[in-house]
Amino acid sequence: MILGGIDIIVLSATLMAASTPVLLAATGELIAEKAGVLNLGVEGMMIMGAVGGFAAATVTGSPVLGFVGGALAGAVLAMVFAVLTQVFLSNQTATGLALTLFGLGLSALIGKGYEGVRPPPTPKLDLGPLADIPVLGPVLFSHDWVVYASLALVAGTWVFLRRSRAGLILRAVGESHDAAHALGYRVIAVRIAALAFGGAMAGFGGAYLSLVRVPQWTEGMTAGAGWIALAIVVFASWRPERVLIGAYLFGGISALQLQLQAAGYAIPVHLLSMAPYVLTIVVLVLLSALHRHGAQAAPADLGRSFHAAR
Amino acid sequence: MIVLIKRPTPSRFWAYTTPLLAVLATMIAGGLLFAALGKNPVEAIKVIFWDPLFGANAAYFRSQLLVKAAPLILIAAGLAVGFRAGIWNIGAEGQYIIGALCGASVALAAYPAESAWLFPAMVVAGLLGGFLWGMIPAALRVVFGTSEILVSLMLVYVAQNLLAYAAFGPLKNPQGYGFPGSRNLQQYPSAHNPELIAGTGAHWGVVAALIAVIGAYVLMHRHIAGFRIRVAGEAPRAARFAGVVPARLVVTCLGLSGALAGLAGLFEVSGPNGQITDSFNAGYGFTAIIVAFLGRLHPLGILLAGLLMALTYIGGDMAQLMLGLPAAAIQVFQGMLLFFLLGFDLLTNYRIRMTGAHA
Repeated sequence: MILGGIDIIVLSATLMAASTPVLLAATGELIAEKAGVLNLGVEGMMIMGAVGGFAAATVTGSPVLGFVGGALAGAVLAMVFAVLTQVFLSNQTATGLALTLFGLGLSALIGKGYEGVRPPPTPKLDLGPLADIPVLGPVLFSHDWVVYASLALVAGTWVFLRRSRAGLILRAVGESHDAAHALGYRVIAVRIAALAFGGAMAGFGGAYLSLVRVPQWTEGMTAGAGWIALAIVVFASWRPERVLIGAYLFGGISALQLQLQAAGYAIPVHLLSMAPYVLTIVVLVLLSALHRHGAQAAPADLGRSFHAAR
Repeated sequence: MIVLIKRPTPSRFWAYTTPLLAVLATMIAGGLLFAALGKNPVEAIKVIFWDPLFGANAAYFRSQLLVKAAPLILIAAGLAVGFRAGIWNIGAEGQYIIGALCGASVALAAYPAESAWLFPAMVVAGLLGGFLWGMIPAALRVVFGTSEILVSLMLVYVAQNLLAYAAFGPLKNPQGYGFPGSRNLQQYPSAHNPELIAGTGAHWGVVAALIAVIGAYVLMHRHIAGFRIRVAGEAPRAARFAGVVPARLVVTCLGLSGALAGLAGLFEVSGPNGQITDSFNAGYGFTAIIVAFLGRLHPLGILLAGLLMALTYIGGDMAQLMLGLPAAAIQVFQGMLLFFLLGFDLLTNYRIRMTGAHA
């Protein structure tokens, strides 16, 4: 199926892979924000995951260990944020910005030796006859395991938040840390755990960028994907199922934008490359226009430091 | 057990001391980092912080200090006003790019006409460009309630693509043998932002930065508007009762910081840099965030912080040349500085008490 020089099936097939990094990062950030912490350092954690995952994969030769390394790198950086904001009670907005600036610098430093290196390939899963189904096969059943893992993680997050006791506690901490504290829940511990998960997911997503999407290491390669993940959480009104929609919408636009470049349209490349960012702004605006009087979707204690009076 | 007790008002003593402590801690942590990279830490710190000021060829480096500090101070002075009010413009990098693009466009449109009015016109264009780019997140925040943090940041990437588009397309030098990049404004007398006093590095951007610091000081500490801005940041509800209109505040803060960032971009493209290229922006808009915090959001503090941060840029370049220290190490160094600063701020806002086991 070709429409205006663009193969719709190829486009739909790349959509899922293109969306996976932001989907992972946004799901992680969703959990952190549900616990009441606004971590603006997603971009920094993602790029640390990209470089950490790349290094781990090339050193060990195993892409799976690479993804583990990426998640670890993201989580370690998230711990810096956790110590500063939860123990030292620093301003979350400023600390998140610092995390991004620091992560961009540190990743460039670590990545110096990995430029121009090819990582071990991550094979596509062999789903047998499923992949041979016309249209659906290439679109849905010809991806690597990370794409399916990301979907499972979104589903798991939904179940965790809606159906589990731990999820209820996490939400309580995010909605009112004073009430949760009075009930005897350990607000700081819950928040640190949520941040660690957020960091690991951002790092996981970053590793997918450097190991599968690109696949190589270049300085600053996340190019704002972490910020887009933050925007998607807002777009999703803090609901996991809507995070999926937001991430796929964004992934679709970036895939389309790349296909338009390849199809040789007379639109300058740089103007096409703007599309994902402009779209993110447009979506944010539409959403805030719709919810003009309903900002209640955000966790009530989002971004506020918790300091127990006694 | 260690217990934190919130101070009724932030401690003045610690407010002044924490930046110094943070710099000291960063030097130690930075030394460890350099040692981990296989460099002599003492020598690296000396090359970064001492040699540019007092070593051989210091005269040249001292002039570079003003060149690098001017855009940082100019941008940070504007950002700090917004940060005080709780309005987070983190897209100064984009406003800086657009200011440079608008200013350079005016110059390139007039080329090769010579006129004393050209440079002032460019200044106005740069200022307006940055202002309007800052107005986008402001308008969206006021009209729709969209987060200015995310919109201003997204606009950095839009601006970067616009910059690349201009460098490869409309602003490309027709006599540049096909290379991307505009004409060099340093070779266009009417558009050039020259060194005003030979050997000092002082160009019109330095003058503007000084005016901005004085202006910000008067605004924030000697004028009712500054008082309102600070109240809005510290007690939004009280501010509303006192008649502060949030919308007006958002527009003022984003407009002001955007205009100053645009100016910084214009002075850079017409002076030290000279050319619109796709890699024209050097991250000043982001480093200025560190400068604003390091300067405690106070204009005079920002002046000092800007000079210190400029020193790390110059010293970093030097360390790269002499010791082979990677350029990214300095970025890590600057990030650490902000971490330490934010962490030590605990001392400003809380009292630390040791209590007995029965706590």
